[in-house]
Amino acid sequence: MIRDGFWSMGGYARFVWPCFGAALAVLSWNLWAARRFLAAARRRSVRVMAMAESER
Amino acid sequence: MWTWFYRLASPPFVYRVAATLTPWFLGLAALTIGYGVIDGLAFAPPDYQQGDAFRIIYVHVPAAWLSTFCYTIMAAAGAVALIWRIKVGHAVAAATAPIGASFTLLALVTGSLWGRPMWGTYWAWDPRLTSELILLFLYVGIMSLRPAFDDPARGDRAAALLSVVGVVNVPIIHYSVVWWNSLHQGATVAKLGKPSIAGSMLWPLLSMFVGFMLFYGAVLCIRLRGEVLVRERQAAWVREAVKS
Repeated sequence: MIRDGFWSMGGYARFVWPCFGAALAVLSWNLWAARRFLAAARRRSVRVMAMAESER
Repeated sequence: MWTWFYRLASPPFVYRVAATLTPWFLGLAALTIGYGVIDGLAFAPPDYQQGDAFRIIYVHVPAAWLSTFCYTIMAAAGAVALIWRIKVGHAVAAATAPIGASFTLLALVTGSLWGRPMWGTYWAWDPRLTSELILLFLYVGIMSLRPAFDDPARGDRAAALLSVVGVVNVPIIHYSVVWWNSLHQGATVAKLGKPSIAGSMLWPLLSMFVGFMLFYGAVLCIRLRGEVLVRERQAAWVREAVKS
């Protein structure tokens, strides 16, 4: 059961919820950007290996 | 001992360990952050002075802690790389910088949102806030410096040097509330002796601390694998690693 005044946060909703929203955004961005960076590094490595093999 | 040290820092070993640790860190981070958010928002009692606005500490304090922790890790990794010429040190520093910068920004934004109802302003040139802002500038400077050189090795060394010099800002941030008159409140949790916060408010905060640290560990592992692949792309072991 959600306590009374949960959504209004005792009148501080416009400060509390954006903070948690910003935290969610930062956590999500970190995960997304890190995975994207790893995928790009993998693709680059595959490309380098393919170029090295074609030169042989 | 040195043989063990160098083997521990070998890129294939680091790549393998990081891949193994990532799901564990992520899973545990989801559990601890989930508990911290639910307990902190729904069950912890409101503060007798700050009311429900105090709940902002559940994201602000772990973010602020992580901002200085990441910087310390980055500077230590940079120092290890400079002193012992261990390449993985540069990779750890490069992987940590964007994570630390994002948490510094989060600490500043959430602190600002807490400051408005408590101090009546979003921003004040307070010693704690100003030194935290300098930390963000240091992160941005270090991230910009690394790719500014044509030779990546020189970029790594310059970034490591700047991060080592900039580490002087970490104790300044920590002790700014002690050394100068500050609007910012002093230590609550990390006080020697008993923390001045009730247990029902403290547990979710500790859980968020642990969760944010585990999350940092997970993201560091993912980024570190990418950094190692970029730096070792000519090495034979990368062929097997990329195929698997």
